[in-house]
Amino acid sequence: MSIPADLKYTPSHEWVRVEADGTLTIGITHHAQDLLGDMVFIETPAAGRTLVKGEECAVVESVKAASDVYAPVAGEVVAANAEVESSPEAVNQDAYAAWLFKIKPANPADVSELLDAAAYQKLVESEAH
Amino acid sequence: MLKQTPLNAAHRELGAKMVDFGGWDMPVNYGSQIEEHYAVRKGCGLFDVSHMLSLDIRGANVRAFLRRLVANNVDKLQVSGKALYSCMLNEAGGVIDDLIIYFMDENWFRLVVNAGTADKDLAWMEQCNADWGMGLTLTPRRDLAMIAIQGPDATRVLNEALPGVDGLTASLKPFSAAAMGEMFIARTGYTGENGFEAMVLAKSAPFFWKALMEAGGKPIGLGARDTLRLEAGMNLYGQDMDETTSPLESGLAWTVDLKSERDFIGRKALEASEVTQQLAGLLLLDKGVLRSHQKVLTKNGDGEITSGTFSPTMQQSIALARIPLGIAPGDEVEVDIRDKRLKAKVVKYPFVRNGKVLI
Repeated sequence: MSIPADLKYTPSHEWVRVEADGTLTIGITHHAQDLLGDMVFIETPAAGRTLVKGEECAVVESVKAASDVYAPVAGEVVAANAEVESSPEAVNQDAYAAWLFKIKPANPADVSELLDAAAYQKLVESEAH
Repeated sequence: MLKQTPLNAAHRELGAKMVDFGGWDMPVNYGSQIEEHYAVRKGCGLFDVSHMLSLDIRGANVRAFLRRLVANNVDKLQVSGKALYSCMLNEAGGVIDDLIIYFMDENWFRLVVNAGTADKDLAWMEQCNADWGMGLTLTPRRDLAMIAIQGPDATRVLNEALPGVDGLTASLKPFSAAAMGEMFIARTGYTGENGFEAMVLAKSAPFFWKALMEAGGKPIGLGARDTLRLEAGMNLYGQDMDETTSPLESGLAWTVDLKSERDFIGRKALEASEVTQQLAGLLLLDKGVLRSHQKVLTKNGDGEITSGTFSPTMQQSIALARIPLGIAPGDEVEVDIRDKRLKAKVVKYPFVRNGKVLI
């Protein structure tokens, strides 16, 4: 199970990396892509869109199923990854390299509410039972 | 407690992702579903389909019984080993199940029915057997395992795994079977490729599976089985038709024989019914993935997707949809996906056969 220690996580299986400039890079976890299987379609939010925490803002679809991606914290979308839209399988190959979008958080302190790697690991284990 | 096929341990050893499939513990994939899909289109895939039930019906009246029981005409079966695809209907003309019937001899027909409907089917058939005083013996063959060997390389793989079978694999015609003791090999499948479905005694199944893998067959899970059958334009019971739908509105009119005088169950209801819908193929023109239950908007009214997926062979999303009559191949329709209306084209299916895109 791959859960990098330097990232933050959500209970809905997004990962969040806090960049040096304070923006957040967001993707779905290795565990999430493993559950969904081969990715075939990804839709990311447009830059400039304002998100509230928990808002559905991206869609990842595998051969098997469609799944929503939620905003981990409130903020404004500053970039979306066009490469994963054209090559959705990148998420299967390396879920932590294939980011989906970046946001500028409305309140940088909100990041502290996210799960750390240990807490996320626990969550994944509890879902397996 | 989930039911297990005789190959359960083999799937686990291969690291399969197992799921509850209608009460059976089955492999959904062994890694990548898309790679498994390609393995069948380009080489040879192996499927454990032992969850499906084979059922032997024996007795003097078995042909007469099947004439009344199913919608297709078993009198099309005159050569031993020949197979027939048919629906078994209820009195209202709804589909209880779709099944394959093998004619072995006048006292023995073998049926293969879906896993999820097996108990219901058996109870229905036993009831008919009793009501009609047919005196037949119905024997569920849970002592058999069934393995599908599918793809352009299927004949070579089976020949190599089972030395001595090459004469049979060379002579067996499509949709025919041969029995040798308890071994039963049919040239049938659910992928749109050449291939076989082989039944062996459950205790021989792990050994046979291993021999097929050593000959180059790749294990394929239920995930790829679904994308393969949908590309091949084959119906899935419970999605594309069920007890509430007519075979005439499910793309199965070709399996309903109304030419003969037979009084089969459901015939009166079908003849009295008005057909207003059809099963059509859809090709998504916009980006996204078609899924079952999405609404289809046409100039003649709304319809619904019954099966949808991303087609690995076509690199595009495809679907079967039940839509109003009067909409023809080439017409454009819209599909409601997450509150957006995406464009799709109506096409004649199958989408893919023998590795070739037909659209």
